[in-house]
Amino acid sequence: MNIKILNTDSLPFCKGCGHNLISKNTAKALERMELSPLDVIMVTDIGCHGIIDKTLNTHTIHGLHGRSVALGAGIVFGLKEPGKKIIVFIGDGGATIGLQHIMEAARLNLNMSVVVHNNMLYGMTGGQSSGLTPEGFRTTTSADGSPFSGYDICALAHTAGAAYVTRVPGIGDISEKLVKTFSTEGFSLMEVVEICPSYGIKFNPGMKLNEIIETSGRKPGEWFNNRPVFTHHKGKKSENLLSKTPIIEPLFYSSLDKPVSLILSGSAGEGVQLTATIIAKAAMRSGLHVTQKGSYPVTVGVGFSTAEINISKEDIHFHGINIPDLVVITSKEGLNHSKRRIGLMKKGALFIDQTLDVPDTGAEIITEDYRGIGARTASLFAAIKCVTKTKILTYEAIFYTIEAEGLDKKLPVEKIKTALGL
Amino acid sequence: MKREESKGMALIEGSRLIMEALARAGADSYIGYPITPANLLYQYGGQRLDIMLAAPDEISTLQWMSGLSSTGRIPVTATSFPGFALMIESINMAYMMELPMIIILVQRLGPSTGTATNGAQGDLLLLKGMISGGHPIPVLCTSSFEDSWSLAAETVKMAVEMRTPVVLLTSKEEVMTHKSFDISKLDEIEKVDHKFYDNAEQYKSYLPKDMVPEFLPLTQNRHQVRINASTHDQMGILQHSTDEALANTRRLEEKIYHRMKCHLKFDYDQHENAEKIVLSYGITASAAREAVAQMRAEGEKVSLLIAKTLLPVPPVYLEILKKYKRVVIAEENMNNQFGSLLFGINKPEGLRVAGALGKMITPQQIIEEVKA
Repeated sequence: MNIKILNTDSLPFCKGCGHNLISKNTAKALERMELSPLDVIMVTDIGCHGIIDKTLNTHTIHGLHGRSVALGAGIVFGLKEPGKKIIVFIGDGGATIGLQHIMEAARLNLNMSVVVHNNMLYGMTGGQSSGLTPEGFRTTTSADGSPFSGYDICALAHTAGAAYVTRVPGIGDISEKLVKTFSTEGFSLMEVVEICPSYGIKFNPGMKLNEIIETSGRKPGEWFNNRPVFTHHKGKKSENLLSKTPIIEPLFYSSLDKPVSLILSGSAGEGVQLTATIIAKAAMRSGLHVTQKGSYPVTVGVGFSTAEINISKEDIHFHGINIPDLVVITSKEGLNHSKRRIGLMKKGALFIDQTLDVPDTGAEIITEDYRGIGARTASLFAAIKCVTKTKILTYEAIFYTIEAEGLDKKLPVEKIKTALGL
Repeated sequence: MKREESKGMALIEGSRLIMEALARAGADSYIGYPITPANLLYQYGGQRLDIMLAAPDEISTLQWMSGLSSTGRIPVTATSFPGFALMIESINMAYMMELPMIIILVQRLGPSTGTATNGAQGDLLLLKGMISGGHPIPVLCTSSFEDSWSLAAETVKMAVEMRTPVVLLTSKEEVMTHKSFDISKLDEIEKVDHKFYDNAEQYKSYLPKDMVPEFLPLTQNRHQVRINASTHDQMGILQHSTDEALANTRRLEEKIYHRMKCHLKFDYDQHENAEKIVLSYGITASAAREAVAQMRAEGEKVSLLIAKTLLPVPPVYLEILKKYKRVVIAEENMNNQFGSLLFGINKPEGLRVAGALGKMITPQQIIEEVKA
């Protein structure tokens, strides 16, 4: 390819800055790889390194500080065209704030390359220490030398699963290593260690790059992982989410003449939500409109479980239930959760298991043995009692629904029928 | 509507309608990070859209979406305030880069992590001020299952036509509650044509055409594409504050005001000779509809305005409201957020508010304010 990667020899960096070296060697490497500039997508972010964009003939995308690896990852995910090279330039500050993005891209082994411009401080904002500043290195914010050691970004990326990781001092010709980095199938990261001519040299006079690398224990090297490169997981897809919600035909009759609100309240694991679905669908099979919602703690396997159902001959606008018409209580936790609303009832009916204390209420109280059939079936048994006694639904509509939903194998239908005297 | 008149009744939730509508309109990628009460959208997004990716956090979510969008995909995510807060800087980025995407914000009770399983309408003012510089981000808000279908599809159209992130605002009670709903009456959804620049002349990433630059993915090799989150010229090259670059920044705001005229969504149910009106949106719209129906049944003359395009606030709402002596705004927060957007601190005398914290506003509450 004759087309140059860089559109100028005059780069926008300070004299002596390692960013010059990286940019020129990147261009050299890509040209050696005979990549067309428009097959290269350069992702940069905030930091001195990020001002390279305008000098590039490649595609460029310039994002937020430290997020360029995640932005580049998004491009990898969206890519349909083969032969594209996605290269991310990031600084040591960006690598600090965006460390998670590097770990994730390495873990997934995304086909992209990251070049960390590690000048060991935040150059654009005045020379503050970063997470990659080595111990003893002096910066604006550590005049006596950084008291902490920096992240070993190469070790982190390697451990996270990067296909290829290398660390080089930003001296001389690094294009060969860049070719190796860019040619890697999967996630590759190259850390180039530099000294910022404005702040690094100023605060650490006479200090040599190789000396810093030596004393910080961050020796140049290469690390490999032989892992599969990311591909999209081809899980089973639905072509139409609506086809998974079967049409429910009205087959039964209901004598319901005005809207009714029903609360089922019991404990987790007692089938309260399933009961609500059965009642709701049975109501729909009886030509009625319904709303149904559940309420339970975030730990779904423990504590109360409450379902709210509205049933009406007409469309239901408002599905909230302030004061319910009917309440079915099958456990102490359920009672505690619904006690306040039971107390507000001036009419209607409360169906409550005989073992529980009856709270103060203006509702008619029906006390029966619901839990005797077994805790897991108590809610369904009690709800059937409630909606049939109040003539909202028929047994036929409910048991037809249980069968139509394929629940007759899972639920003790015969036992329930016997208990109901059917 | 009588139940017998309905042919395609299913027991369904808003989440399913939203995701199917987005898919039919052309959304093709779902990036998810779990958060209650948006998890059903994650589940359905994964089942329905071509690409599903599990991000490690909500910042990554928005960054991945931006990358996907830059390749010509139309990504979607759903979240609630704690996740949305993490996304805001990256939404600003996507807004500046002019990348189409859809963010579904499922409101829950705040502040902070608040109560994950309790609904709310407390995030409108956050949306109003979330873009630095005060630029408007388009926000549509669902007020019914029909809206979950049609507005979801509309957001895809808006995102592509305006090259911008769009927020679909909803709430816990809307996306998680099951209802009997006639799916046979849903409108057809046309797939949005995500057109790419197709000229031989040099492409400029931010050269406006009727305010909106033509789109070209980073992944083609006919033209160089430059995308930039910092202040930039029409080429997409970073600038400090040149006239061209500042004009581009101004255009970001102007394009939304200009193009949103085509995406004005509201229901105005005007009652003849009424001097009172109820204004609501989102989950409380259902209580408002019920309240107005009950009052009319009792002979009360009252109109109803359901706002669906929330941001930028369409001037037509104020034009409608000024015809009424009594305006009741019903929304599930403590501080009448939509009222603040409409009137600022100059709230009219006849304004009354039905608000709530941690529970749904009831029709009775709205009726009391209308009659007060």
